[in-house]
Amino acid sequence: MIKKIKNFFKSLFVGFGPKQNFRLGLYGPPNSGKTTLANKICIDWLGQEMGKTSPIPHETREVNVKEQVTIKSKDGKELLFNLVDTPGIATKIDYEDFMKTGMPATKAKKRAREATKGVIESIKWLDEVDTVLVVLDGTQDPYSQVNVTIIGNLAARNIPVMIVANKADLKKCKIKKVQSAFPQYEVIGISAKYGKNVDKLYEKLFELARK
Amino acid sequence: MVTIQFVPYTEIEGLTGLGRIRKLLNIAKTNKIVLLQGRLKREEEVELIKTTMEEIDKKFKGIELAVINPSQSAKDGMQKLKYDFINMLLGETQGLTIIGPSNIVKSIKKDPNKIELLTKEARKRK
Repeated sequence: MIKKIKNFFKSLFVGFGPKQNFRLGLYGPPNSGKTTLANKICIDWLGQEMGKTSPIPHETREVNVKEQVTIKSKDGKELLFNLVDTPGIATKIDYEDFMKTGMPATKAKKRAREATKGVIESIKWLDEVDTVLVVLDGTQDPYSQVNVTIIGNLAARNIPVMIVANKADLKKCKIKKVQSAFPQYEVIGISAKYGKNVDKLYEKLFELARK
Repeated sequence: MVTIQFVPYTEIEGLTGLGRIRKLLNIAKTNKIVLLQGRLKREEEVELIKTTMEEIDKKFKGIELAVINPSQSAKDGMQKLKYDFINMLLGETQGLTIIGPSNIVKSIKKDPNKIELLTKEARKRK
């Protein structure tokens, strides 16, 4: 409620333009490509990567913030935000799953411990972000409860959300299925790895920042 | 053998958010699949995930979670309004929540009105 009132007064002063200097959070399940997208945004606009990526889940185990990212629209408008890359939210973490990738037990146990803390940190940050891109793996089942819970909680906090169906370069990626799972949200299909449709995502960010 | 424990909504109705989470998680930690009538509030769902993460150890590896929410699959606005009104009057009694310990439940697929529960034992038999 307080956030709603704050936003109302903010909109009176800012007018109808996109908000600036806000926190843009990247949320989603593990291995959906949040850090790959964060890297793509940072390389495109800052010329440097943001974090390490890996095919093994829970590579990002701490919330990373890249401050002062400015993107430009085709018509020359600028959008300034702090990019918040969060660890993937999961309901289970088993160190033995990491060992299946060839990781030694000590390292796998440490990774699992850090990953559980990362999930808790991600959840705490739900109260700190202003706008969110929910990054889903378009090749996976979109009806997963983690996705529904994340999106439901963002809606309850009145945080503007856009759903990014990532991995659109893969044949198995079903953007329409993601759209039908979340009909009340805008869904954009991209490939963060190869940059497919990322320009369109940048344009859509300006619309999202107006909400 | 898989044990399913049914929890009627009346059993959690009078509890605090944390009390509800504790009760459901305690059942799941005894290697039983919880079948809850109705659903938790959205903020309780995310709190359940957080508490689960805090409790992961050598024995407990987490949970599989699925919620069927009839209000979400309502065909039209009137139907949704009806479900929301019932929820307002009676609490979140509509729908069904499944919480399974991840050492027993491999995965839960929801599509969106059908729930498929794949247990680890079932996989071994194949």
